[in-house]
This record gives sequence, C-alpha cells and structure tokens, in this order.
Amino acid sequence: MEKRRQFIKKTMLVGGALLLGRRSATAYAVPGLTIPSNTAGQKQSRVVIAHRNDLRTSQNLPDEAAVQKLLDTALENLFQQNSQNIWRYLFKPEDIVGLKVNCLAGKGLSTRPELVNAVVERLIAAGVNKSNIIIWDRHDNDLLRAGYTLYQGRQKVQCFGNNRVGFSQDIAEYGQIGSLLTRIVTEMCTALINLPILKDHGIVGLSAGMKNNFGVINNPNKYHDNIGDPFVADVNMLPPIRNKTRLIICDAITAQYEGGPPFMPQWCWNMDSLVVATDIVALDQVCWDIVETKRKAEKLFSLKQAGREPRYIATAADQTHRLGTNDLEKIECVRV
Amino acid sequence: MIMKNLSRRQYIKTTCAAGGCLLAAPLMQKFLTSNARAQSSGLEDKTEARYYQKLDNRKIKCQLCPRECVIDDLERGYCGVRENEGGVYYTLVYGKACSAHVDPVEKKPMFHFFPGSLAFSYATAGCNVMCKFCQNWEISQSRPEQIESLDLPPQKIVTLARHNHCVSIAYTYNEPVVFTEYLYDTAVAGRKPGVKSIMISNGYIQKQPMSDLCQVLDAVKIDLKAFSERFYTELVAGHLRPVLDTLVLLRKKNMWTEIVYLVIPGQNDDRRELKEMCKWIVTELGPDVPVHFSRFHPQYRLTNLPATPLETLKTARQIGLDNGLHYVYTGNIPGDPGENTYCPGCGAVLVRRIGFRILENKISDSKCPTCNYKIAGIWK
Ligand code: SF4
Repeated sequence: MEKRRQFIKKTMLVGGALLLGRRSATAYAVPGLTIPSNTAGQKQSRVVIAHRNDLRTSQNLPDEAAVQKLLDTALENLFQQNSQNIWRYLFKPEDIVGLKVNCLAGKGLSTRPELVNAVVERLIAAGVNKSNIIIWDRHDNDLLRAGYTLYQGRQKVQCFGNNRVGFSQDIAEYGQIGSLLTRIVTEMCTALINLPILKDHGIVGLSAGMKNNFGVINNPNKYHDNIGDPFVADVNMLPPIRNKTRLIICDAITAQYEGGPPFMPQWCWNMDSLVVATDIVALDQVCWDIVETKRKAEKLFSLKQAGREPRYIATAADQTHRLGTNDLEKIECVRV
Repeated sequence: MIMKNLSRRQYIKTTCAAGGCLLAAPLMQKFLTSNARAQSSGLEDKTEARYYQKLDNRKIKCQLCPRECVIDDLERGYCGVRENEGGVYYTLVYGKACSAHVDPVEKKPMFHFFPGSLAFSYATAGCNVMCKFCQNWEISQSRPEQIESLDLPPQKIVTLARHNHCVSIAYTYNEPVVFTEYLYDTAVAGRKPGVKSIMISNGYIQKQPMSDLCQVLDAVKIDLKAFSERFYTELVAGHLRPVLDTLVLLRKKNMWTEIVYLVIPGQNDDRRELKEMCKWIVTELGPDVPVHFSRFHPQYRLTNLPATPLETLKTARQIGLDNGLHYVYTGNIPGDPGENTYCPGCGAVLVRRIGFRILENKISDSKCPTCNYKIAGIWK
C-alpha cells in the first residue's frame, strides 16, 4: 500500500492532473489515472474498441502506418487527450517498460509486431530510452515463432523470453496461487503494458488481458483447473503485476472465436481492431462479449453452453479481488 | 533436498551427518540460481509420450494419471513436462535428470527392502499434484526448461548405479509418474545386470500405466498424504480415491509396497482419521504393509504450521499397532525407538536404526531368530 500511495503522488506530480475526475474504487492498474467524469458520467470504466477498414495492405497484412493511427485513435478516445500527452503522462523517461506480448500460437495469432512497433514508437517519443523497452514472453522460441527478432543489450529495443533471465526466488502467493515470477516483472521493469491477443481458449474460455499474465508465472499449467477460476483472477492480484501495469492494449486485428489457444485459421476473423482499457476486468468482459457475439453469428454454442464460460472475470470483479468491473452497465464501451 | 528455510549447503551437511556422506562423487544435485536457469532449455529434446489419445483439432487427452488433461496444440498438461505439438504428445523429460544422488534405501524410506543397501536416486522436473507442503518444490513445481538437467539416458543410469554399488535405482524426489517412459526404460535396462527398481510415488496414476510398471518394478513406496478427500482437495490439488485404487492394485500385483504418511498438525492428524486409515490398510492390503508416520517440517506454502509434535507421531504409531498393522514406524525423528523393526511374533528388536543408518540387523533368512516368525519384506 505504501508503494502504491507513493506512486500516485509521484505520477500526479510528474504528469500533472491531466485526467481529472472521480477515481474508481476498483480501477485497475493506473493509480491516479481515470476517465474524466464529464465524459464517463456514472460509468465506472471505459473500454475503447477502435477499428479501421483500411488496416491491411493488399497482402492482407497489417499496415504499419495504419496500425499506428489506430493505436492513437484508441488511446485518445480512452483518455480524452492527445496521444503525446497520454504517453508522457503514463511513462517517465526513466521507466523500464515491459511489453508483454502473447506469442504462444505462432505467426497467425500472436500479438502483431506492427502493433508492438507502434507502441515502441510512442514510448520512445515520450522519452523512454529504447534499450529500456523490453518486449517479452515466456520463451525465446515463442517470440521467434511469432516473427520477433531477439535482442538483449544496450543498443536497441530488447526482446527476449523469461528463459533468459529466469524467475525470482521468492514464492508469490495470492489465494490459490503460489508461483515464482519472472525477473522481467519483479526486478527489471518499472512499468508494464499488457498486449494480449483476443482469442477463444479451450479450457478457460477466453484468452485476453488477464490470461496473458499467466506468462509472468513459472507454473501456468497448474492453474487451468475449474476453467481457470479463481486462478486467472488470483494471478492478476499479485502485486508486481497489479502495481506495474499501466495499460492494456488487446490486439484484435486477427481474432479467434473457437479452437484456441492454438491458431486455427478456420475460426479466425479479421476484426481489424484494438481493444484498450486501464481496467483489465472491463476489457476482458468486453472481449468476452465480442467473442460471444461472433460465436452466435457463426451459430456456435455460447462459451457457457460449451462448458467454458470465463467465470474468472466475475471473480476478478468480486469484493475479494476488486480488480475492476465486469458489469457491462458500468462499462462505457466506446466504438470508434 | 532444498527446503524453503534451509540452504543447500546446510541440507547437504544435515544429510551427510545423518546418513553418512553418501553423495556420489560424479553427480550432484543441480538446483539452479535464477541466472543459471535462464540458460537451459530442454524443449528441443522430445520423446513421444506413451499414454494418450488423439482428439479432433490437434487436441490430445493424456491417460497417464487421473487428471486426464485434455491439451490443445502447443500446450502442456498440469505436470508441465508433457507437451502437445501438432496433435502428438511428447514427454520433455525423457533422459533428463535434474537431480541424482546415491542414497541409503532407508532414506526413501524403505525399511523392508535390502536394508542397508544403496539406491541410485534420480528425478526430473514436474509433478502431477501440487502439495502445499512439498519439500522438493523447486524441482517438482518447475518446468524442465526452468531447471538445469543432465543427459542421463536409461543405460547411463544403470551404469552409474552399478559403478556406485547400488542395489537399486530409486525414481524419486519429484513424482516419477510424470516421467513414466524414462522410468520404465531405465527399469528394463537395469533388469539384465540385476539392478532393482523402486518407485517413490504419490500413487496418482491410472491403472494401465501402473500395471505396466509393475512388470519392471521391484518395490513401490506410496505417499498416502491423508485419508480424507478434503485434505487431498485443499492441500494436494488431487483426490484420495485414485491413490487408494493404486494401493489395491499394487497389492493384487504382489508388489512390495510401503506407505509413508506425513503427519501435519491440524490437517491430517485426527485420531479417528488415522484409525480409519489403518483399518482400511489392514483390510484391503493386509497387516504386513509397513507404514511410516513421518514428521512434518514447515516448508513451501505451509510455513505457518509448526513441526509435528513427537507425541503425535508416537500416538499415530500406536494407533497403527492397535489396529492390527505389524510394522509401524515413526519417521524424521532420528533415534526414536519407533524407527526399529520389531518382531510381530515375539516383540524382539530385529533391526535397530538411527536415521538412515542400520545399527543392527538380526533378521536371518527372512525370519526372526528368536521365534522364527516370517518377517514380510525383500531382505536379500
Ligand atoms: S501426467 Fe501430466 S499431462 Fe498427463 S494427465 Fe497427469 S498431469 Fe495431465
């Protein structure tokens, strides 16, 4: 608690109170930073789904410039500020920023390098040293499969897996969870951006913001029982994750509504969107809604009927966890 | 093994003091610092797993243990050491030992199997349960790429066992169910030169693989962690029934079996529960199964509990004897009379022990020299 309070104080001083307004009791991850009350009304959290029709090149690949514009649009609508202010507000030049991508499924269904490049551009523009940006996932092999180039050093943006630096020695515990955490999160980074992919998950129902943090722990395979409930919520309660995450940018450029987590092209669709929030629970709830809508359109069973309703989202919002809100009535979902 | 509050050096010192310094010269336990961890990755070495079923959409269903994990492509099972790649299931720990020691067989503990002999003991990463009191959690709860391992194919293990004058190979420290293929092939390799095999297990395994293992094993020690489903659910992340089924199967297969019961204060030390368990053992397995009531020391995620009071262990032992068990021991209390083997016929002390050391063994031709009572076990 001490640290969190200090952080709030510090960010208010550094950034100035750019984003005025009521601070949600359950807002996730960005202490002192909330949506402005004049636009949010009584809503507790805002989630922005930003879409572009012209996101892809003629080869059906994401266009770098279009992705950059999409990212700016998404964040500007989330924070009601211009992009430059947002990044300067969220990140200090001395920050070491970890970008947690999700690369398990290989090139077809991993966080796109074009999106990560766009984020890196904005971080550098905000004054963060490029070698203080770490693109990371569980293992080098995951990153390579998804098209990333590995690098560890002081010359450029770093990119490597947990396997290079190992795990902290202390057991991190919350609820049912007892895990070692990657040193990237505990020792190296001062701030995190969660960059998940939007996809169906064969066991826990949905893989989006909260599930992506399974990449932080050494024993994710232990926490899939009972369709991931309460484990996914519990992992997200671990202080290094909770306190350092500043932003969630979910890659929904290509999304998958069935057959996940591996890449199953027959169940993917070009959503050409980003889903962004600071409330990870609200983001997951909206992502779940997107997947269900798509499943319905494709005449598939709902996730509940399929026996994998992502109940962990409600658990994350309960009185014990208070990681955010899952009540769609209290989420202002903005489509741009 | 390394414990939460005990450094590796302290541990080696402790075990050397208790059991004589039996650490094999050529091999040391290989726990890693976080930096060293980073350099290893066993992911490229894969051997197809033996007990699984292929499902649609590149999914598989593992049929090795009662969890029956259904695993998507590129995912791993609960144990963390088996991976689905393109619809084919692989074990990532075949031939990859992360820990190897030469131990007295009493350390397993195994008291009725070649007493005073040495067991070449090895482990891999991974476990199919998650005991909150695990003393080897640094390897059991890790994935293979998170800990350093040695390339020790089955034949090499047998060679090392013989080189170190070991009567047996013990599959131990982590849960050997998760390295079944490696275990099986090592046991087969050991048969020809006459090296025995002992599985030190939680018994959380399906019937078919256990039956197959029975063909190549010589003895099994089962950790019966409690006699209540509540305990298994809350502290083990498993279930009691499959463990009991395994014990009954071992009995049917005539496999020499000993049971260890770690007594944890307030968790599984209820007298009624202990009595029920002892009765069940006598009825279902017979009175000759040795039962070891061992002392718990706070570690891993149960550091909030005290060590087991000595009185509790003595009481548990007495409950076992009162309910018809012939061989009941106290464990982890070096010097306690409960470590000795007594003749069920005349009560004479037959084997005197301190910790893992045998001070005296009077059993002759598997019998008590005083009253000729046949003492259950495999003595030579
Ligand atoms: S052996 Fe491992 S993968 Fe197989 S069912 Fe058990 S925990 Fe799951």
